[in-house]
Amino acid sequence: MILFPLMMAAIALLVPSNRLRPWLLPITAVIYSATTVFVLTRPDLMITNEWLILDPPARIVLLVVSTLFLFCSFYTVGYLQYRKERSNRVFCACLIGFLGIMSVVVWAHHLGLMWVAIEATTLVTAPLIYFNRTPRSIEATWKYLMVGSVGIALALLGTFFLAYASLQSGLESSLAFEDVLRNAPLLSKPWLHAAFILLLVGYGTKMGLAPMHTWKPEVYGEVPGVVGAIFAGGVTSCAFLAVLRIYQICLAAGENAYISRLMVFMGLFSMAVAGLFMVNQRDFKRMLAYSSVEHMGILVLGLGIGGPALFGTLLHIMTNGLTKGVLFLSSGNIHRAYNSKSTDVVRGAMRRLPLSGTLFLAGFLAITGSPPFGPFISEFAILNGAFDTGRFITAGIFLAMLLLVFIGMGATVLTVVQGRPPAHVEDTEYRDGFLTAAPVVILMVMVLLIGLYIPGPLGTMIKDAAGFLEGRP
Amino acid sequence: MTNLLNAILVLILVMNLFALGTSRINAVIRTVALQGILLGIIPLLVHKHLTVPVAIMIGAAIAIKGVVIPSIMTRALRDAQIKREVEPLIGLLPSIILGAAATAFALLFAGQLPLAAQHYGTLLVPTSIATVFVGFIFLVTRYKAISQVIGYLVLENGIFIFGMLLIEAMPLIVELGVMLDLFVGIFVTCIIINHINQAFSSMDTRRLVSLKE
Repeated sequence: MILFPLMMAAIALLVPSNRLRPWLLPITAVIYSATTVFVLTRPDLMITNEWLILDPPARIVLLVVSTLFLFCSFYTVGYLQYRKERSNRVFCACLIGFLGIMSVVVWAHHLGLMWVAIEATTLVTAPLIYFNRTPRSIEATWKYLMVGSVGIALALLGTFFLAYASLQSGLESSLAFEDVLRNAPLLSKPWLHAAFILLLVGYGTKMGLAPMHTWKPEVYGEVPGVVGAIFAGGVTSCAFLAVLRIYQICLAAGENAYISRLMVFMGLFSMAVAGLFMVNQRDFKRMLAYSSVEHMGILVLGLGIGGPALFGTLLHIMTNGLTKGVLFLSSGNIHRAYNSKSTDVVRGAMRRLPLSGTLFLAGFLAITGSPPFGPFISEFAILNGAFDTGRFITAGIFLAMLLLVFIGMGATVLTVVQGRPPAHVEDTEYRDGFLTAAPVVILMVMVLLIGLYIPGPLGTMIKDAAGFLEGRP
Repeated sequence: MTNLLNAILVLILVMNLFALGTSRINAVIRTVALQGILLGIIPLLVHKHLTVPVAIMIGAAIAIKGVVIPSIMTRALRDAQIKREVEPLIGLLPSIILGAAATAFALLFAGQLPLAAQHYGTLLVPTSIATVFVGFIFLVTRYKAISQVIGYLVLENGIFIFGMLLIEAMPLIVELGVMLDLFVGIFVTCIIINHINQAFSSMDTRRLVSLKE
């Protein structure tokens, strides 16, 4: 499952035809998704060792990423047909390679291996940002590499601290997740605290938590829509999985009060920063980036609240990932139809692109937590958890932030979709095609379905994962 | 043994400050290269029984940190035709003072942390934390793209020093992963620097502001 996408990436490098190469993506994605479904339904069949184990939280992330990748891959074929002038050799290879490395992150049950894999996702996604070869995309790549590498370096230092915490307590030093988890109550407290902060900051940089989010608006603003979807739904989910692992270790060590204070603060702070920057945002792709910062904040906040909010948090990984797919892919379509991403030019998208415009609006309603979409359920569950644990102030701020984001994002989105295109704006040839619209529609329908009814197996999977995080068998 | 180790660590601390206070990029690169070679010696002193994997690791450390990366950077420097001096956000003297303050803070902070019995009396922890801080100072106060890469290298050196504490306990593969990632990271970064140079005709990150809010 890990080797297969990497092999396909190598093939993508070798295939000479610019026209045929993108089709490797859907082929890989379909086979990969089939494998995912197989693995998820028959977990007993998988051969595992100490380093590679698929545990319940990892299953959720695996499901999200492979679903998202499946639809993005079909979209990419459609997208690249509009970009024939550019060689897509590196683009395709990196996209498929990312899928392979993402599997390593998901399967890794060793903190060192997980770190190596996350660093590798940074490297393999960098060329994707650089696809457009404009000075602005170089700038975005540079910022992404620099901020991302520093974050990942801090995460490594945190991993070392964690290993030293067990060495100092006279335990056999090991970074295998099972060992660390088993020995968690014995770990040396000062080192564990320092390690937690470094790891949260390090992987938080990769997730895009404020104040380490600075790379996000730059990158999301410059990349093609499909890469934005992969980043916002895939890369960040992987980084969040890393945070989940650290969270679980600290929980097992009985450090609940310490980490929950930090995480609630980080979560609310990210939401506040995102909300403030979203108000009066004229670039609708950057607006989506801040929306991503906000949702990373919600995820960490949910973890910080813990207990009853865990179900909502884990569900939110899924709903956020899929809704971000809808938003980024439809915004990519709108961007192409107008050749601009500023709300000065882009108006009346509903008239020019009826389908993408509607999807963009629906995606906005979904991501801001309006019923009946999926994110409403998960955000409501997190809020419920906050009330259940008696955190009324946290819940109040959470609601206020959601409102702020709704207003800020709403202003920009409504400007984009409503009205009529300004007369002086050049008309482009681009209209919704089957390949660039159908995957988005299906994703949107899935988001709606999760909001209406959570299928039994999915519910069980999330409950299992929440129980696993809290250390229940 | 411990005395020799501490002497090397003090030398590394001095090099940090020297790198902060030097204005020529070439000299800074050479300092960091020398620091890398010194780092390669540390495992010899920490690790009591020299095994083949350890020997390979030392070789790799010296080769990558001391030779490969500095030569890539020197080449990038030559291709980009940079002869000008580094232009820090704050003056060279203030950055040395900042570095010294960070070192003092690291010594105090490390005193607070409990150590395993076999590591008492060494300066590994404070040196590591101080070097990480110096790396940060580089990253924050320098504008040149290549100076920021140097800052990142110093940061990684600090982390490598901390890794020395764990060298007997951690599997080799993780250590190698560290080296490999460092190498690839720098390699990619250098390519990017070249592109920045072509597109901007300067390696000044202050020009990278068109995406400002």
